[in-house]
Amino acid sequence: MKHILSFTLNGSPVDVLVTTTETLLDVLREKLGVTGPKRGCDDGDCGTCTVLINGEPVRSCLTIALTVAGKEVLTVEGLTPGAELHPLQKAFHEHGAFQCGFCTPGMLMSAKALLDSNPDPTRDEIRLYMSGNLCRCGSYEEVVEAIQAVAAGEYKE
Amino acid sequence: MTREAYVGQAMPRYDGIGQVTGQAKFVDDFVLPGMLYAKALRSPVHKGVIRSIDLSAAEKTPGVVGFVTAEDVPGTNIYGACGDQPVLNNKNIRYKGERILAVVAVDEDTCQEALEKIKLDIEEQEPVFDMFEAMKPGAPLVRPDSTTNVWEYEPGMFTRVMYIGDVDKGFAEADYIVEGRYKTGEQDHAAMEPMVSVAHLDDSNRLAIHTHSQCLYFQLGQLAAIFDLPLSRIRYIGGAVGGGFGGKNHIHADHIAGLAALKFRKPVKYRLTRREDLLYSTKRGVFILDYKTGVTKDGRITANHIKLWHDAGAYGGFSPYGVEKCSMFASGPYHIPNIRTDGQCVLTNKVGSSSMRGFTIMNGQFPMEMQMSKVAETIGMDPWELRFINAWRDGDIGVSRYVVRGAGALESMKAAAEMAGIELPEKLLAMSSRGR
Repeated sequence: MKHILSFTLNGSPVDVLVTTTETLLDVLREKLGVTGPKRGCDDGDCGTCTVLINGEPVRSCLTIALTVAGKEVLTVEGLTPGAELHPLQKAFHEHGAFQCGFCTPGMLMSAKALLDSNPDPTRDEIRLYMSGNLCRCGSYEEVVEAIQAVAAGEYKE
Repeated sequence: MTREAYVGQAMPRYDGIGQVTGQAKFVDDFVLPGMLYAKALRSPVHKGVIRSIDLSAAEKTPGVVGFVTAEDVPGTNIYGACGDQPVLNNKNIRYKGERILAVVAVDEDTCQEALEKIKLDIEEQEPVFDMFEAMKPGAPLVRPDSTTNVWEYEPGMFTRVMYIGDVDKGFAEADYIVEGRYKTGEQDHAAMEPMVSVAHLDDSNRLAIHTHSQCLYFQLGQLAAIFDLPLSRIRYIGGAVGGGFGGKNHIHADHIAGLAALKFRKPVKYRLTRREDLLYSTKRGVFILDYKTGVTKDGRITANHIKLWHDAGAYGGFSPYGVEKCSMFASGPYHIPNIRTDGQCVLTNKVGSSSMRGFTIMNGQFPMEMQMSKVAETIGMDPWELRFINAWRDGDIGVSRYVVRGAGALESMKAAAEMAGIELPEKLLAMSSRGR
C-alpha cells in the first residue's frame, strides 16, 4: 500500500507516493531525481547519503521516508538558493577537498550541520564530527582545512 | 597567463564545481523512464557443476520481465583481460559468487524475490584456495579442461623468467647468501561508488552504456565481442568515476546491463550492493616471494634470485601480466648485476584478482626492502648504507633491461632521512644518482 508523503525539500513543498519500506534515499534518488545524496553502502556506514532533516544530519539510507512527513529536508542541491556557491562549496572546491567527489555531497551536509551548531570548531572537533563520512581517496586533510577556512571567515556568502 | 602562474600553484579542479554542487552525474544517478533492474544469481558453492536450473516458479513472480542466461549472449560468452571468464556461467563454477544468470524485473526487490525462487541443482566439488596446495600433484583443478593450476603463458611454458647477467656467477662472488620469504595479502579497493551500469538503446538504436570504467578502451572491444556488435553500434559513455583504484579496470556490470537492455529493448540498471561488491568484485591478489640474495662483506649485492607466485583467483584477469610487472620491480631500485626471477601465476577457487593501486609493484618492492634490511642485519651494516651503496645511478640497467634515466632513489632517501630527523653520515650524503 502506498501513502502520500508531504514534506519540504530544499525549500519547496513536495508530495510523493511511497511505500512504508522505502527509505528517504530511495525516494530522493529514484523518485524525485535528487541524486546529490549518494548510495555508497545503503547500510549506514559511509555517510555519502547524508542530508539534513530540520537541520540535523542524518543517514537518508537508514531513514524511512514516511518519517520526514511535514519536515524540512535539505540536500546538497539546496545548499544555496541561487547560482552563487555556498562558502563550504567554494572552500571544498578551492582546497581540493575531494578527488572522485562521490563523498562530497554528504561531506558538505555534515560540514554545514557542524558549523551551524559550532561556528568555530577546533581541528579535533572537526575530525570527530566528520568521522562518519568516509572518503576512500583520502582527502580528509583537505576537508578539515576547507572547514577551518570557512569557520575563519575566509569565504563569505 | 604565464607558465609560472600555474606551475607550483594549487589550481581548483576544472570539473570540481559539479562535485560540490551535486550535479556531477555518476552512473547510478541515471534514472531513465521505464528503466528495468537486473540482479545476478550467484553460485552458492566455490566449485561445482551445474546440473539444472528451474526458473518456472521464479518467472511467475509479478513484475519479473525475464532472465538473461548464457544462451542469450549474442556473441562470445567470455570477458576479462585473458579472455577466459564466462559472462554468465551455466556449467563449471570456479568461485563462490560467480554469476550464473541475471533476472530482470521492474525493481530490485522483485529481482530478489525471483532469485530466491530459482531452483538450482549444482553438484558441489572440492575447491582449492591455497596456491601451494593448488600446485601439488592431484590437487583439484580450477580449470576442468586443464592438467595443472599453474598458468600456461605459452604452450608448455608455465614460468615467466626474467634475467640479466648470471646469478650463479653472482652467488660465487658473494661472501654471504641471505634467504627470505615474504607475503602480501588480499585487499579490496572499496571505492565509495559500488559497481553499477546503466544500458539502453538510444534514438539511433545503438546500445548506450553509462559506465564508471577507468579504461573504456580496455573494455569496449570485450563488450563488442559479447554483444556481437560493431564498435560503431556501441556508445560507451564514461564520466564521473566514484573511485576506482584499479578495481574499475575490470568489467563488473556493463556486460550484464548491456545484455539485458539488448534482450528486453528497455533501459536497464544493474548494480552491486556494497556486500556483493566486497564479496565478489576483483581484489588485489596474494603474492609470495622467495628471495636468495648474494652480497659481499663490503655491501655490494652481487646476485638476486627471486621465485614468486601470484594468486590469480579463479580466472586469469590481469594476473599473468601482474607476475611480469612484479618481476620487473622485485629487485627494487638497486643496481644488481645478476638477477633472475621465476614467476608463476596460480589459479585457485577464489574471486579473481585484478589491478589495484601500484599494481603488483609494491608487491615486489615491499619484500625487496624487507630483504634489504635482512641483508644489512646479516652482514652487520647500517641499512641506510647498504641501500645507498646499491641504489640506482643513471645508466644502470634493471632486470627488464631498461636503462635507468633520471634515477632518484638516493635523493628520495636523503629527503626521507631529513624528514624523519635522521642524520646520515657525510659519505652517504655525498653520493648522487648522477654517477657512482
